[in-house]
Amino acid sequence: MSNAQHQQAGLPLANPDIVEHDLDILIIGGGMGACGAAYEAVRWGDRHGLKMLMVDKAALERSGAVAQGLSAINTYLGDNSPEDYVRMVRTDLMGLVREDLIFDVGRHVDDSVHLFEDWGLPCWIKGDDGHNLDGAEAKAAGKSLRKGDKPVRSGRWQIMINGESYKCIVAEAARKALGPERILERVFIVRLLTDKDNPGRIAGAVGFNVRRNEVHVFRAKAVLLAAGGAVNVYRPRSCGEGLGRAWYPVWNAGSTYAMSAQIGAEMTMMENRFVPARFKDGYGPVGAWFLLFRAKAVNALGEDYCVTNKAMLRPYEERGYARGHVVPTCLRNHMMLREMREGRGPILMDTRTALRSTFATLDEKQQKALESEAWEDFLDMCVAQANLWASTNTAPEERGSEIMPTEPYLLGSHSGCCGIWVSGPDEDWVPAEYKIRAANGKVYNRMTTIEGLFTCGDGVGASGHKFSSGSHAEGRIAGKQMVRWCVDHPGEAPVPAQTPQALADMIYAPWRTFETYKDATTDVEVNPHMLTPRHFMLRLMKCTDEYGGGVSTFYITSQAMLERGFELLDMLEEDSARLAARDLHELLRCWENYHRLWTVRLHMQHIAFREETRYPGFYYRSDHMPLDDAAWKCFVNSVHDPKSGETRLFKRPYIQLVPEANG
Amino acid sequence: MPTYVDPAKCDGCKGGQRTACMYVCPNDLMLLDSTSMKAFNQEPDACWECYSCVKICPQGAISVRPYADFAPLGGVCLPLRGSQQISWTVRFRNGLQKRFSFPIRTTAEDSIEAPAPLAQDASLEDNRLSTEEAPAAALAPAAPVRATVSEPDRQRIFRTHTPRLEDA
Repeated sequence: MSNAQHQQAGLPLANPDIVEHDLDILIIGGGMGACGAAYEAVRWGDRHGLKMLMVDKAALERSGAVAQGLSAINTYLGDNSPEDYVRMVRTDLMGLVREDLIFDVGRHVDDSVHLFEDWGLPCWIKGDDGHNLDGAEAKAAGKSLRKGDKPVRSGRWQIMINGESYKCIVAEAARKALGPERILERVFIVRLLTDKDNPGRIAGAVGFNVRRNEVHVFRAKAVLLAAGGAVNVYRPRSCGEGLGRAWYPVWNAGSTYAMSAQIGAEMTMMENRFVPARFKDGYGPVGAWFLLFRAKAVNALGEDYCVTNKAMLRPYEERGYARGHVVPTCLRNHMMLREMREGRGPILMDTRTALRSTFATLDEKQQKALESEAWEDFLDMCVAQANLWASTNTAPEERGSEIMPTEPYLLGSHSGCCGIWVSGPDEDWVPAEYKIRAANGKVYNRMTTIEGLFTCGDGVGASGHKFSSGSHAEGRIAGKQMVRWCVDHPGEAPVPAQTPQALADMIYAPWRTFETYKDATTDVEVNPHMLTPRHFMLRLMKCTDEYGGGVSTFYITSQAMLERGFELLDMLEEDSARLAARDLHELLRCWENYHRLWTVRLHMQHIAFREETRYPGFYYRSDHMPLDDAAWKCFVNSVHDPKSGETRLFKRPYIQLVPEANG
Repeated sequence: MPTYVDPAKCDGCKGGQRTACMYVCPNDLMLLDSTSMKAFNQEPDACWECYSCVKICPQGAISVRPYADFAPLGGVCLPLRGSQQISWTVRFRNGLQKRFSFPIRTTAEDSIEAPAPLAQDASLEDNRLSTEEAPAAALAPAAPVRATVSEPDRQRIFRTHTPRLEDA
């Protein structure tokens, strides 16, 4: 899109055809959660003849956060209890989580992992001699997780896999369940639609085909919104080509949060963010290096900064946080950031010592296998990091590699927990405050405050650490509940408030803007009447970075800085009416970037409301540095009113359901 | 640019039903130039280097030149992906080469079967997922602890501005 000099423009825009669909169930997204939902909805829904469709903006076999592959499954309980899983997530996320939702994922997640293994995902197993069998060797030896053989754990909750084709396998199972006729690829959903008589009820969604001039209007009784997290909402450390080398997938544009907030769904913990400390620039995973290869991260003096800065944890330990053996991820960043601020960087992952000390215990063949495991960790899920090692002549057994906290990301399935407020399970142990009762008096697990709108994975707020497997399991939970919703609402057909033509005109507005103004200057990139989507994104990211606690201020913000940021974002919002698209690809980027604006503005509004520093190391309120349980041991939720244009932020009580481990 | 196409190898997938790289790219980047009938990456700074196009290209025409803003020239990883395993050649800037092979799948491609019908007594009202043998256990009873906070009714309202894209 930046390339005025490019050999040719993209696919041409023209007046779109309108295609209408009448469905029972619409699944928006094609990642782990959506594939789980499809698999489950088909099994329960086909018995009732329900009409369903999955709509993916990309190609199902390589879409979503797992598109590239993964080298581990981060949530597999095995011998652990769901109660302990809740305790770990609660500790890592500084005490404010929905324990009902996390427990629910914990008790179902292993079934999804066993399905992955059955379908062909190679999972490592401990051999009889104590050495690791890769997934193919394990299968040849007749061993499997489902039979109870011992996984190779890289941590208490993580298991190693040969996961280059993880998503292809999970997608194949979803495709076989649905059949090709119930999957629509390359259609980007722009907006959700509510009922003309009841704005609290979902009626469908509208989107467009990024390869042909078609606007698709979907009317549905139940909708699953599972379109991932938000990336490139803060200015990244790499602003050239490396813009694309985000830690989380660069195609996650915040669509889940923007589209749900816009129609008035209640949101929760949008102030939460994730700032992963990763290998610098390539953003390769560090989990296996810390946990499997037992590498240490040290400052430039060779010191383990988690030891030298241990006193920094005390204020949190005194308040009951960071106890036990889980040091919350934000607090580990908190200690690393001090080293960087005070000039004791760079921080190095000491891969050399880790590999060499293990090499000393191994024969030559085993050494080769260990080296291969180390490279596979990157090649399965982050080839870019392996490319960077190759480009810089870095052999991990010879020298360490720099690690650094990245730009902020917004997500709900990994080690973060922003998202939509949803109902917990319809079971007695779940408190009434965590249940959303529908008009028919029933409670539907994972339904949002908009009747008939469900979510999972990155969409569900206050419930992190699901990762790939937990997102799939949560999608399955939602898939069954959507069928239940449809069966309980026979004969009802919600009608969207807008006409298909009005929706098509809205979606194609950036094309009209381009056509109106393109001849006003000799360069379409420099034109006082319109904005390219790229310019819009760069302006957004500069504002959030400088005022919303990005890398340029070491993640620090304050009331005054946020207020200045809101002024600039207001003007950006006004200028969104001047977004221009010269081809179908840019039309996609216009709407993605509009979703980014909605998502990250809500993030900053939540930060402004919560007057404490709940996640030191992820962001700091310089005007409210302490963690303040007396005022803020609660969820921060928000609701946007589409009629008045007002977004209201408020507190919701936190309820502890799982007691501390020792009484 | 992160992925690039060798014009001597790319045949625009003329013999196939679809342009493979354009079909698979998760970020809508690969595009077929209708004049030259060669593919190109239309937005290199939005490329994740996920290698989906590199792995799927039937001609082996797509490679990667790592990100210009931090990677010195000369190093790259190149895959050869089969149905059961993937082989990687890692070529260092200094010429060193390493080769690795990993399993990717323990079953034949396209072998997953559509799920079998559910048992007659399967109920929509319990929490059992379709492949689980029984409903999952509830959380063991313990007294829920409600946290109390000061100013529980505190609010703040933000206004959105117009005109904006959805009103344009």
